[in-house]
Amino acid sequence: MFQWSTVWYYLFNDPNHYFLLAAWTTLWISVVAQSTGVILGLFLALMRMSRFPYLSMPARAYVWFFRGSPLLVQVLLLWDGLPRIIQNPDFLLPSWACVLVAFSLNEGAYMSEIVRAGITSVDVGQLEAAKSLGMRYSLAMRRVVLPQAARVIIPPLGNEFNNMLKTTSIASVIGLLELTGTAEVYGSQNFVIFELLIVATVWYLLLTTGWGYIQSRLENRLDPNRTLKTDLVQKGWAARMLGFGSPRAGDAGTLAGRR
Amino acid sequence: MNVEQQQNGSKEMVRAEKVVKRFGNLTVLNGVDLTVNRGHVVVVIGPSGSGKTTLLRCINHLEKIDGGRIYIEGELVGYREKNGKLVEDREANIARIRSQVGFVFQRFNLFSHMTALENVIEAPIHVLHQPREEVTERALALLAKVGLEEKADVYPHKLSGGQQQRIAIARALAMNPKLMLFDEATSALDPELVGEVLKVMKQLALEGMTMVVVTHEMGFARDVASHVVFMDKAVIVEEGTPEQIFDTPQHERTRNFLGMIS
Repeated sequence: MFQWSTVWYYLFNDPNHYFLLAAWTTLWISVVAQSTGVILGLFLALMRMSRFPYLSMPARAYVWFFRGSPLLVQVLLLWDGLPRIIQNPDFLLPSWACVLVAFSLNEGAYMSEIVRAGITSVDVGQLEAAKSLGMRYSLAMRRVVLPQAARVIIPPLGNEFNNMLKTTSIASVIGLLELTGTAEVYGSQNFVIFELLIVATVWYLLLTTGWGYIQSRLENRLDPNRTLKTDLVQKGWAARMLGFGSPRAGDAGTLAGRR
Repeated sequence: MNVEQQQNGSKEMVRAEKVVKRFGNLTVLNGVDLTVNRGHVVVVIGPSGSGKTTLLRCINHLEKIDGGRIYIEGELVGYREKNGKLVEDREANIARIRSQVGFVFQRFNLFSHMTALENVIEAPIHVLHQPREEVTERALALLAKVGLEEKADVYPHKLSGGQQQRIAIARALAMNPKLMLFDEATSALDPELVGEVLKVMKQLALEGMTMVVVTHEMGFARDVASHVVFMDKAVIVEEGTPEQIFDTPQHERTRNFLGMIS
């Protein structure tokens, strides 16, 4: 018998706040791993675009490895494999650290491709103008190119973070009590695993929906930008989350129409 | 600075010696010599693909050169001597020289995420580290000078081409350059907008700014130039005063070119 009362109990009446705590774990792991991934991706992208092969080749190899093998395998390699590889069975990373490292490294690879696409979308004339005013490459990147690349980077970055929120479920495999892990552990104790998976699902939807709202606010704050080679068609957050609606008139997205 | 440089510095702003530039197998500049004296306006004309834009871009090292040397006020641009060979200069040094040379692009290249005013104050604040209030005051005066002070808070995409180009000129002037380079500054403009940009350029010339202007505006060349250079097929074919070039061209190629455009 499926017990809706159990779902209700864990959603609203649980005095131990198991799922609230689990949601917090899911959230902070996602935020930290995504942030680290963005920074890592930025440096990997700049390395990859360098004209020096001793910078671009390692970046290529890195992306090749982390995009080419499953995240679950990378997590397990760190968790089980690392103590054996360094031949010290006492060396055990706590599961949260393991997850953070693996997720950050993995996300860095994906973000580097996104950042690279963002940087290449900015007209080369912008960099030249910055140089002609006496800016060095690093300053020109920081003040001129990256702020404009951000407009192209933010939408896929939002998708990445949405993915990240859900991908943290992989951490349950090595016993981290995030949402999925919590559902499995408490569910199998009391034979209510499906009920608790429903509870976890509600929390996931809550997190991703909240993020969808923040993301659309973020995108709307960025100025319309005419030197991008890419024309963006933006949808409102409801349209993106739920898949209906049309691009908002007068929004930043209607560049093509005004050009 | 040695004595020779000081003497050069008193008169010569730019000296290009036997400059060679290749893109792959294509030679775009084939041993070009050019001297620009302080306070002069040198106008470079010639057919498309003759190398005039490339020459201009080499002067502030937006392009590397494959041979020859370019000096600004006696200082070698983009390169330094190391063990008797020329190697590319340190980035900081290249940036310092560029900060003293204004460059105006055919496609304006205003920073699209900044307002007109922000475009103008950006480099003085972040490159020259001048105080924001002082720079802003000067920037507003420059915007007034190009007739656009009321557009200070407007983003580039809301402005016409002519307005964008005048702001780009103000942006370059905000660095107090000793030399201004204009790369076909009016070629991307609708015909009715060309005049407002040329007017600003002419005003600058009258104020004594040293300028190198690549253009197809022959009227401007005849009117404003102290010196006209005609380029074709990667070399300077002929140079002289506007009267010499426009009224009594010596070379067949110059006559053909002038005949085609008039």
